[in-house]
Amino acid sequence: MRSSYLDTTFLRASWGPAEWAAFRRGLIKILVITNLTLGAYYLLWRGTVSLNWNAWLFALALFGAELYSYIGSFLFGLTVFRLRERGEPPPAPPGLRVDVFITCYNEPVELVRKTVRAAVAIRYPHQTYLLDDGNSPAMRAMAAEEGCGYITRSAAWKGFDRHAKAGNLINALEQTTGDFVLILDADQVPLPQILDRTLGYFADPLVGLVQTPQYFINVPPGDPFGSQAPLFYGPIQQGKDGWNAAFFCGSNAVLRREALARTGLRFFVRDVERRIRRALREADTVIRQAERRLTKVDRQRIAPALRELRRAVAQARRELDRGDTFQEVTERFQRRAEEAARMVVAADLQQIMADLAEIQAVEAAEIMRALNDEALLAELAARDRSPLAAIETVRQLIPLLVNEAMDYLPISTISVTEDMSTSMRMHATGWRSVYHDEILAHGLAPEDLRSALQQRLRWAQGTIQVMLRENPLTLPGLSLGQRLAYFDTMWSYLSGVPTIIYLISPVLYLIFGLLPVNALSDEFFWRLAPYLIVNQLLFAVISWGRPTWRGQQYSLALFPLWIKAVTTAAANVWFGKKLGFIVTPKTRQAGRYFGLVRWQLLMMPLLAVAIVVGLGQLALGWRSDGLPVVVNVFWAVYDLVMLSVVIDAAMYQPTEEQ
Amino acid sequence: MAPEFVKGALMEITVNPVDERTAVVQLRGRLDLLVAAEVKQRLVQAVNEGFRLLVVDMSEVSFVDSSGLGALIGGLKATRLAGGDLRLACVGAQALAILELTTLNRVLRPYPNVAEALQANL
Repeated sequence: MRSSYLDTTFLRASWGPAEWAAFRRGLIKILVITNLTLGAYYLLWRGTVSLNWNAWLFALALFGAELYSYIGSFLFGLTVFRLRERGEPPPAPPGLRVDVFITCYNEPVELVRKTVRAAVAIRYPHQTYLLDDGNSPAMRAMAAEEGCGYITRSAAWKGFDRHAKAGNLINALEQTTGDFVLILDADQVPLPQILDRTLGYFADPLVGLVQTPQYFINVPPGDPFGSQAPLFYGPIQQGKDGWNAAFFCGSNAVLRREALARTGLRFFVRDVERRIRRALREADTVIRQAERRLTKVDRQRIAPALRELRRAVAQARRELDRGDTFQEVTERFQRRAEEAARMVVAADLQQIMADLAEIQAVEAAEIMRALNDEALLAELAARDRSPLAAIETVRQLIPLLVNEAMDYLPISTISVTEDMSTSMRMHATGWRSVYHDEILAHGLAPEDLRSALQQRLRWAQGTIQVMLRENPLTLPGLSLGQRLAYFDTMWSYLSGVPTIIYLISPVLYLIFGLLPVNALSDEFFWRLAPYLIVNQLLFAVISWGRPTWRGQQYSLALFPLWIKAVTTAAANVWFGKKLGFIVTPKTRQAGRYFGLVRWQLLMMPLLAVAIVVGLGQLALGWRSDGLPVVVNVFWAVYDLVMLSVVIDAAMYQPTEEQ
Repeated sequence: MAPEFVKGALMEITVNPVDERTAVVQLRGRLDLLVAAEVKQRLVQAVNEGFRLLVVDMSEVSFVDSSGLGALIGGLKATRLAGGDLRLACVGAQALAILELTTLNRVLRPYPNVAEALQANL
């Protein structure tokens, strides 16, 4: 027994990196399964016998938060279950036509110059372009000095939605001809070997994307804003890679143009079909409304026409389902609608013409806008109309919708995180992605709290927009692993409300004596403790030498930001409200930022008071619930430590000018 | 470090008027990303010249990629907004495969020959 134990330890000591990596991957699998099993064991008990119905609202809220966390660790566990470490990349084949795009928007010229110079100096033959959305003469001059191509928006964008960075990329793709495109943010300085280390993966004709990490060189010691994302650009992307779901993060990535174009075409067709179906839905509503409003006199003259129209709508839907071309469907529908209109006696024609003129002028434009705006669409459908006008509205609707939509976009514009959305669409179209875990660019992170928070807010908002507009759980074409890998990222941004519950729980107990569980019995500990320990162990093995503590602190401490992201993104998607998207400033803003973290600052004294009250009462012998108090004090201290990160961040003053 | 890529002379575009409103656009060569912008621009120009129905004759197109198809979509939009249409004729097997792969055949129905594309009534 003893000797075999020694054998194994001896063996282990002689393992090379490959064996250790395999050992780690195996360990992760075991820990994931153990963690989920222990979690289920705990939550089953929590959800059944432990709930304290005397404080049912609180009890259910906390149980909900714990359920949220469990689903989160399920998705996370699944993601890292297939961790893929790719090691050395395949050699880059010579002769590929590659463009390098540097996107910029009003950053300081000298900052962009560094990136431009390094991009021009990339070793693999390529063409470099500066995509200047700020359209500034200084930037243009700098590009010329550095021998770099310069692209601004073409005249075709005038008067249309510019779609921020997505639009910038679309515009540049139209004006260039490389088969592969390396995309760089203005502050991501590439290393000379970046293309040599990534192009080899495209030997697989189905690979459409190679993403590399974003690493920041200007982060001060201790990373006060949690800018580095070693967990994401590492185990998380590697885990997603294992499911062929590593996603595009906007910079330091190479894309295959054919993949972008083909994905764009596929989603263009999908969009046209969706618009036609929406138009048909609205037509139905308009007709029903008109039928309800028919007067006795009208009934005989107009009801048959309305009935005919309704039949035309149903027929069009059947034809769409059958797979007819959109043009056939819409033109046949139009013809049927015209016939229906003719059923109304000639005497009414004049009135129709009058109505028509009015509708065309006022409603055409509105309907167009309404297509991207659910609330407006509903309002339009509910509007008071004469039955005759209703007939005309329906007749006009469809061609209007279809023709305007005729534009294919190689980059998704449904979200401010066009990167994630675009790669999800690529995956849904059958393309593969690669995460290559090697730092090949040196970036600059925001240097003040406001900019850091703004950037984090934008990522969260964009992710929620994608979740609400094109949910990976239902988007056709994705594999189950891909669905869950994408959903994992979205789920993690919903943590705001559960965090609030976790934060106020110890306060409610220590100050007000509200306990969400029946009793803090032995059973509670035997069920909870192993779950928590394995959870931490799993996290430690996954992190494996990468500093992830800051990230953990921020994911808890930024709860107000996550809530804001969800509410603003939902208001944007459902009610067409503005996101308030602001491009992250690349220059430092002066000042301290306690106002930005007021909710956290409000929460901290509350927790401190709770700790003092709990321990004080216990010391004075005013209460005898020793164990629950200790548990809750421990919990409150943990919360405090996590939240404390924002104080350092708000007070942070850079020492020297860079 | 910037390589010179050969451009131009890759695609020959001829617009043959049938009548005042109709033209057959003959493409010769590879319809790919190198010529996409040029093709789109020529199609839009044809619409600006007054043509409403454009039939794109693909019989001498040796290869099509997604960017090339994208150019045709640009032309389609121009004709539709002008109240007309753009139709494809004599589409080769390779192009047909991409049309089906992208499901674009629901927007651009391929016709077997120019005559049928000209006469087609939906």
